[in-house]
Amino acid sequence: MIEDYFRLAVDGIKQRKLRTWLTMMGVFVGIIAVVSLISLGQGLQKLIDDQFKAVGGDVLIVVPGGKGSFMAGGSGSDIISAKLHQSDLDVIKKVKGIDEAVGIFRSTGTLEVYDKKKSIPVFGLPTDLKSQKSLSKIDLYRVDDGRYIKQGSRYEAQIGVETCSGLDKKPGVGDKIELEGHVFHIVGMNMKTGNPFHDAKVTIPIETGQKIFNKTDEYSLIIVRIQKGFDIDTVGERIEERLRKHRDVSEGEEDFTVQTPQNIVEVFKDIVNMVTLVLSGIAGISLMVGGVGIMTTMYTSVLERTRQIGVMKAVGARNSDILLMFVIEAGLLGLTGGVIGVILGLGMSKAGEYFARIYIEDFSVYVSLELVVGALMFSFIVGCISGYLPARQASKMHPVDALRYR
Amino acid sequence: MAEEGTREPIIELVDVWKIYQMGEVQVKALRGLSLNIYPHEFVAVMGPSGSGKSTLMNMIGCLDVPTKGKVYLENRDISQLHESDLAQIRGQIIGFVFQTFNLMPGLTALENVMLPMTFQGTDRRDREKRGRNLLTLVGLGERMNHKPTELSGGQQQRVAIARALANDPDVILADEPTGNLDSKTGKEVMDMLTQLHEEEGKTIVMVTHDQRLSTYVERIIQIMDGKTTESLNHNRGGIEDDEI
Repeated sequence: MIEDYFRLAVDGIKQRKLRTWLTMMGVFVGIIAVVSLISLGQGLQKLIDDQFKAVGGDVLIVVPGGKGSFMAGGSGSDIISAKLHQSDLDVIKKVKGIDEAVGIFRSTGTLEVYDKKKSIPVFGLPTDLKSQKSLSKIDLYRVDDGRYIKQGSRYEAQIGVETCSGLDKKPGVGDKIELEGHVFHIVGMNMKTGNPFHDAKVTIPIETGQKIFNKTDEYSLIIVRIQKGFDIDTVGERIEERLRKHRDVSEGEEDFTVQTPQNIVEVFKDIVNMVTLVLSGIAGISLMVGGVGIMTTMYTSVLERTRQIGVMKAVGARNSDILLMFVIEAGLLGLTGGVIGVILGLGMSKAGEYFARIYIEDFSVYVSLELVVGALMFSFIVGCISGYLPARQASKMHPVDALRYR
Repeated sequence: MAEEGTREPIIELVDVWKIYQMGEVQVKALRGLSLNIYPHEFVAVMGPSGSGKSTLMNMIGCLDVPTKGKVYLENRDISQLHESDLAQIRGQIIGFVFQTFNLMPGLTALENVMLPMTFQGTDRRDREKRGRNLLTLVGLGERMNHKPTELSGGQQQRVAIARALANDPDVILADEPTGNLDSKTGKEVMDMLTQLHEEEGKTIVMVTHDQRLSTYVERIIQIMDGKTTESLNHNRGGIEDDEI
């Protein structure tokens, strides 16, 4: 029975194509805004979440550049002029409450496999056993298949699960790859992290990396593991204090940042939540306008089809049949607008992702099923609600008057 | 009629009044009208325009309820019924044939015939089967998937007749069924109604002011100023003569 109402509703919509399009436009503009902005926002949130979840709760990160350097392009970005050196690492290592501090080098390099080239993130990690043991506790650096780079070796590499995707051949453990003109022997495969940036990386010994990229004595970030029993914030403040002294900068003008995963995630979540709230408000208003559009269209439609309503009543349609038919018709207007809005919104968010990657290279939008289904359901419901009053008017029509209407 | 004494009327109106309030003025469309129509009768309701025939039709068809008086349809007093019950009666007991056909413009002939069954919750396959049979019966087996605009007036009225038969109603109400048709197609439609009356035993009530159609019916109910003035038995002309 319900599918018949849908058929009748679709028939009603088909009778006035132009008006339908114009009405739906009112809905899909709002949905485009919701879908694209929320998927971008969720992508950002997920990026932050993933990165810090993979690092762990007892870990601090020291990056070059002052506060906000993360926003400016990520640790190790070329935009930031300040650098971290071996001496900084040595200072950090001496701070009380520190279990281990590891300096990491990061850059972007060209990978070549069977004449096909691809730009990928390159990580230079120390190969000494102590550092390796410390890093292996962090998901991002864990090796799943094969082994870690042997201490002292220069041209061994670990790759991620997506490092060679898009290339003709997918080399595995035991194969060779060419990075920036140097041949590396693949000894291990990193665990899949779900972070597209980390899953596409190539890990090589730090000395080799610094040499290839010509950045001797430079660290892109220093990962600090806190000893059990010490407060992460206290240790963080201590590191800040020592580094300020060592680098000769005054408080508030640091050219480095000590980040705890939690505080960054919190700050970002606050921002994203606030933005989401504001956007929801705007989208809500625009959807309300869309809803008013649907209502207007439905009132006109009810008026135009007064006679048809009379006929349907004459052949046995109950008030509730007519009500449901028009509500579904309005709901379908909303839903179709929603479908178009979701498709265009996803397109917009992909475009947004493309531009965002210029600044944040490991950014990707996150489209959750909940968002898509939610947007579609919401647009259907907006349609149904907007169509309710016109549909009620239609259902309450007196059959005799409706049949007489011209 | 011979049966009147022994049979229960299928439609019974007792002192029916219908008063419309038009601003300050009261319009009395029906003024204490009473009549009986018996099962399997073919009756014409005739009268000048404004006499109240259409109002009477609306009462019998459960499209309207009287201001005062009783309307019984198969012994149920419709003036006491709720809107959804009236809709059910319209769907199950009555089949409408209108002067202007009143088909749904967006639906095909077959879908139009299936529509009344949809509202009765008939299974889709059964609906389609019956719809096809009915359209074949009215001679439109070849035009089932045509929209009303692709059909001639006569064909549209035949679709409307098929639609009226969809739920196999006991009563067919025809409101000037030939009013928008030329005399040839008008005759075809009348022949079809006669056939339904004679072969299917339908009770047919037809509103018309076309005197020529009186030859098809068994009885004519004349209405004047909202009251029946006479209810006479009429010897059907050509058709019965042919049969003899």
